[in-house]
Amino acid sequence: MTAQLKVEANKNDAGGMQLSRKRESLFVDAVRRLFRNRASVIGGMIILILALMAIFADVVAVKPYQVQVLEDQNTVPSWLIKVFPQMEGYARINEAYPLGADYVGRDLFSRIVYGARVSLTVALIGPLISLLIGVVYGSISGYVGGRTDNIMMRLVDVLYAYPSLLFIILLMAFFRGTLARPEPGTFAYAISQFDSALGGMLFIFIGIGVTAWETMARLTRGQVLSVREKEFVEAARTLGASDGRIMFRHILPNILGPLIVAETLAIPGYISTEAFLSFIGLGVNPPTPSWGAMISDGSQMVRTYPNQTIFPALALAITMFAFNFLGDGLRDAMDPRLRGTQ
Amino acid sequence: MGRYIVRRLLYLVVVLFVVSVITFGLMHAVPGGPFDREKALPPDIMENLNRRYNLDQPIVVQYGLYMREVLIPKCQDTHWLATTEDDAMIKFKVGNLYCKWMNFGPSYRSRSRTVNDIFRDQLPISMQLGVMALTVALIIGLPSGILAALKQNTIFDYLGMSIAIFGVSVPVIVLGPLMVYVFGVALGWFPPTGWGSQPPYILGFIPRNLGWDYFKYAIMPAVALGLGSSAIIARLTRASLLQVVREDYIRTARAKGLRERLVITQHALKNSLIPVVTILGPMFAALVTGTFVTELTFGIPGMGRYFVTSITNRDYPVIMGTILLYAIFLVIANLVVDLIYAYLDPRIRYD
Repeated sequence: MTAQLKVEANKNDAGGMQLSRKRESLFVDAVRRLFRNRASVIGGMIILILALMAIFADVVAVKPYQVQVLEDQNTVPSWLIKVFPQMEGYARINEAYPLGADYVGRDLFSRIVYGARVSLTVALIGPLISLLIGVVYGSISGYVGGRTDNIMMRLVDVLYAYPSLLFIILLMAFFRGTLARPEPGTFAYAISQFDSALGGMLFIFIGIGVTAWETMARLTRGQVLSVREKEFVEAARTLGASDGRIMFRHILPNILGPLIVAETLAIPGYISTEAFLSFIGLGVNPPTPSWGAMISDGSQMVRTYPNQTIFPALALAITMFAFNFLGDGLRDAMDPRLRGTQ
Repeated sequence: MGRYIVRRLLYLVVVLFVVSVITFGLMHAVPGGPFDREKALPPDIMENLNRRYNLDQPIVVQYGLYMREVLIPKCQDTHWLATTEDDAMIKFKVGNLYCKWMNFGPSYRSRSRTVNDIFRDQLPISMQLGVMALTVALIIGLPSGILAALKQNTIFDYLGMSIAIFGVSVPVIVLGPLMVYVFGVALGWFPPTGWGSQPPYILGFIPRNLGWDYFKYAIMPAVALGLGSSAIIARLTRASLLQVVREDYIRTARAKGLRERLVITQHALKNSLIPVVTILGPMFAALVTGTFVTELTFGIPGMGRYFVTSITNRDYPVIMGTILLYAIFLVIANLVVDLIYAYLDPRIRYD
């Protein structure tokens, strides 16, 4: 396998890089492959644009997301009437809202722009939490082995059998209920203050973290098992390296690639989990805009004002497309097993 | 093999125990009770209600009472009356004794219906939807995956994989409302909401009217739910088939002069489908639980709405019953798949 990779790396090197820089050239090779993959470059660019839009939402959005102008409710700009002709006759025209106003007269466009904040934060924090828990758990299990491994993995198996969608709904209800009106000064109060400062996202992170780490733990364990007996680990042990050093300096860097790829591919799942939770009303706190909550509000009126559903739905779909393209590209670039087949 | 199955069944018991304890603890830890109202009930009535449903007992006792009703059959020498009290999922007769088994208890919210009633009426709809979504996933996923692999790097491959990316990228909450708008409202091909079957069902979940009356309601939700899974199946089939056609035994089959079609159908396909079979179990379970989202977007009277409202209502027996049932379902689906796996690939032995 290694020999094949070297050849592959050399073949793709226009400048004829030295074999002695194998590690770096593999990485450079992966990056080059990623940039050569047009779909993943487009995906990355879309994510970049979305991220900029989320960061500078105050500038991009034309109106604040929470201001309700009740007399403007359900108004649409005239270009939308051309797109959805059936709205002619009952829809009131108001050009001040680029994509129309929602059922309480908030600007749809501005809410979609601000909604990117929620989805992208989940896309960023979700993988971090599940990597953190999963990698620590999985690497301990895989590295220590034996009985500990057995017990730890059986626990993962049991949690795996818990229907995760139901678990996350129950967890959200638990968090929302328990920490609804806590006493000031307590830990619960601090948590709930932090959560409302984040617009209700803290509990979504915790929920995703609690349900998503098992997959990561299994993957990490498998990876640790596959490199644990390799020569370089043996060498490090012979040189007297401690377990922690072997784990974090020698094993972890070598298994990180597949873990990052798996996590990138899991991001669309986290985004849709958040959207689903907000859709059923257990996600972010109103009036924080979330695409899921907007789709839910809009779908009540999809027959009369389809724009209120379609635009947030498109935003969600485009974001998930972008992450899927990027994740696929990353996998193809970093997973050596797929090199031959691509 | 027998020992393996026994071990897996024991494991099922452990799983259900852990799942039930977590669920029971978590839902009782949520503040507020099932009988909290905007205007508080008089204390006497609250007390009576709590006593009626054992809610005044310590939580461990409540758990024990609940699990006893579910797990241990109850028998008596007269008929069980058709009351909410004497209801159960399974009623049978042993000798002179009338027995009932698996009573998931009353629903605190809808006073005239038990959780068993909800399961009997709503669960079949969720099951139908799950089965149809899996069918859609297989019908779309398998052929496009096979085609993409056999015609690698052609337009078929790119087209199939683009559809696959579309499938995994568009969640049901996006696809659902869009489909309702396009096919239900704008084009008017299908009714935008509703469901076309009513109990009683054949074998507990198969509807009696399998005609257009039924499918006109079912097609949109089944496609919306199944499309994501079809993408996963397509990608997996493609990757697996690409790997298998590079194996030595395929070269051998070609070398001995076997026709290409036979090489593919007899040798390559059969082996490449093994990984696909392994994900069908978790996928089916995910589809059946995933019907929640679909049911909410398409207004289907399945388990989804009941579960979500039961949580806000603190309707403990509905929450417990639903989660237990789905957990049983998940574990059994995985067990069946593991057994099929061993059958398909004789190298795998469970001892």
